[in-house]
Amino acid sequence: MAGTRVLRTTPATRGLTFGAANRQVWEYGAVIHAVGVEAADPPAGRPRRGRMVAGVAAWIAHRLGMPPWGVRVAFTALTFAGGVGAALYVVAWLLIPDEGTAESIARTARRARHDRRQVVAVAMVVLGILLLLRQSGLWFDDGVVWPVAVAAVGLFVIWRQAERRPHALVRITGARDLRSTLRVVGGVALVVAGVGLFLAANQALVAARQGLLATMAVVSGVATVFAPWWARLGRDLASERAERIRSQERAELAAHIHDSVLQTLALIQRNAHDPRTVGALARRQERDLRTWLFVPDTDVSAPPGSLAGALASVAAETEDHYGVSVDVVGVGDLALDEALGAMVSATREALTNAARHSGATEISLYAEVEEGQATVFVRDKGCGFVLGAVDPGRRGVAESIIGRMHRHGGEAHVRTHLGEGTEVEMSLPRWAPP
Amino acid sequence: MNPRVFLVDDHHLVLAGVRCELGSAVDVVGEASEVEAAIEMIRERNPDVVLIDVHMPGGGGRAVIEAVGTTHPDVRFLALSVSDAAEDVIAVIRAGARGYVTKTISGPDLINAVQRVAGGDAVFSPRLAGFVLDAFASDPQPVVDAQFDTLTAREREVLRLIARGYSYKEVAARLTISTKTVETHVSAVLRKLQLSSRHQLTRWATDRRLV
Repeated sequence: MAGTRVLRTTPATRGLTFGAANRQVWEYGAVIHAVGVEAADPPAGRPRRGRMVAGVAAWIAHRLGMPPWGVRVAFTALTFAGGVGAALYVVAWLLIPDEGTAESIARTARRARHDRRQVVAVAMVVLGILLLLRQSGLWFDDGVVWPVAVAAVGLFVIWRQAERRPHALVRITGARDLRSTLRVVGGVALVVAGVGLFLAANQALVAARQGLLATMAVVSGVATVFAPWWARLGRDLASERAERIRSQERAELAAHIHDSVLQTLALIQRNAHDPRTVGALARRQERDLRTWLFVPDTDVSAPPGSLAGALASVAAETEDHYGVSVDVVGVGDLALDEALGAMVSATREALTNAARHSGATEISLYAEVEEGQATVFVRDKGCGFVLGAVDPGRRGVAESIIGRMHRHGGEAHVRTHLGEGTEVEMSLPRWAPP
Repeated sequence: MNPRVFLVDDHHLVLAGVRCELGSAVDVVGEASEVEAAIEMIRERNPDVVLIDVHMPGGGGRAVIEAVGTTHPDVRFLALSVSDAAEDVIAVIRAGARGYVTKTISGPDLINAVQRVAGGDAVFSPRLAGFVLDAFASDPQPVVDAQFDTLTAREREVLRLIARGYSYKEVAARLTISTKTVETHVSAVLRKLQLSSRHQLTRWATDRRLV
């Protein structure tokens, strides 16, 4: 059954996909009613091969396990019975998705935003078809078709409203949204008018009046009895929704802990013999969890377009790549531009050098934006080196750091002594935003 | 003589881990995992240093620091937390903690920090130095109390080096001053952090949860 699809989703996604799944259920339900078929799975769609018109008959035949010509004969016969066959065919065509597409035409149309002109155009086309059918004689009777058409429009309005605001019908008492209330009332009026027309056209109105009065008396009595309950239902719905949001958040937390933390713990147990891997795993998990817990909306701590954000992600990359820890401290921030981007690249190079060559397991990254300039320091307490003794073939420091900073109007200095570690200082003239 | 240390943390695993890391370099005179019990036991045992967790049910480390501080001003506190959030850091420091280290600190560094706090100095991690620099950054707002609301150029310099990952000794060598002078500067900054009337200090801390 289509309904089980909803139940099978995980707790974390249930709340999120609830709306979509609901729509699907509704749609399959409509298909089942339209063609009287028990659809076990999402239907495979109207087949492209062996179709005569749009593949509806072929689809139904396939579902029922009977020859297509039988279905086609049935459709044709029904069409002569006042056009019912043609109408059914069109409805089925709208509701059954085409082979190879995930959703039906009706669903696509419902999801798409309509403007008013589009609705009017569709209404005109439908009217035209109705008139055409009337002219050609495939017609029940004026007294049947027109009331049905009016009622159908009313139903359409109500259904659309229920789709958009599922609780609009309950909320009428609260009258929170005047427009949606008006739409629902208008839809109901149209349906009532359609029924009334039907009765009037068939000279049954007089007879129905007595029954109608009795019915109205009963309905108003029931409404009086159930009004408080109805009002409470509205309130309960609101609190239920709040509860659902809360439990959804709890489920999300549980899912996150499960997905990331437990997985990492499992990985750590498996790699227990390798302290480097364990350290890297733990650090990555810590970073992830911290971002998730302390930064609202699972956004990264600093926007990616900022100096601090870019430096944080460069530091994270280095940690992941080389299994070292990078301690990032920042004072002030700036939006990235081309030169600052170059400084971030130079910082990446400096971090990589420190991670690969210094032998230190901890690297300090300090960035500061103050009046007039932005400065980045990368420092390790590793082995250090002799500046003049670097192989001229290795151009990392000269090109990627010093050369790059100079090209963008900045400066870079390297301070190092054997056994005392290395510090790379990069600076750019910049003005902090006010 | 080894400093007498008291541990407060609501996670027993952390207590055990910290005790193990401290080893024989300090005398652990007790531990507690609840705010009320901690206040009572600290008053009773009067340790030199209390290593205290920032986040605990019932008011957190801040409640303990404030309660003990009124009756036993000689007990020094070093905050130990997993949180890097600026508001937590600034809040415990302003409550009276002499320093702030994160739980990822290495064993030797932690022992060093405890000894430093026991000796009356302040412990500034690079991150804390960064927070302070940021909080005391020059801004157009009028200074209420010049003595506490601004940092001297030298203090700024010292903090900047600490933020860059320099140890106190390395800072001293870099600025050609004595380690004692570095400690004096850092303690002065700590006092300013605690006493400054800059009302934006608290707001600053709540504005940015992470740097």
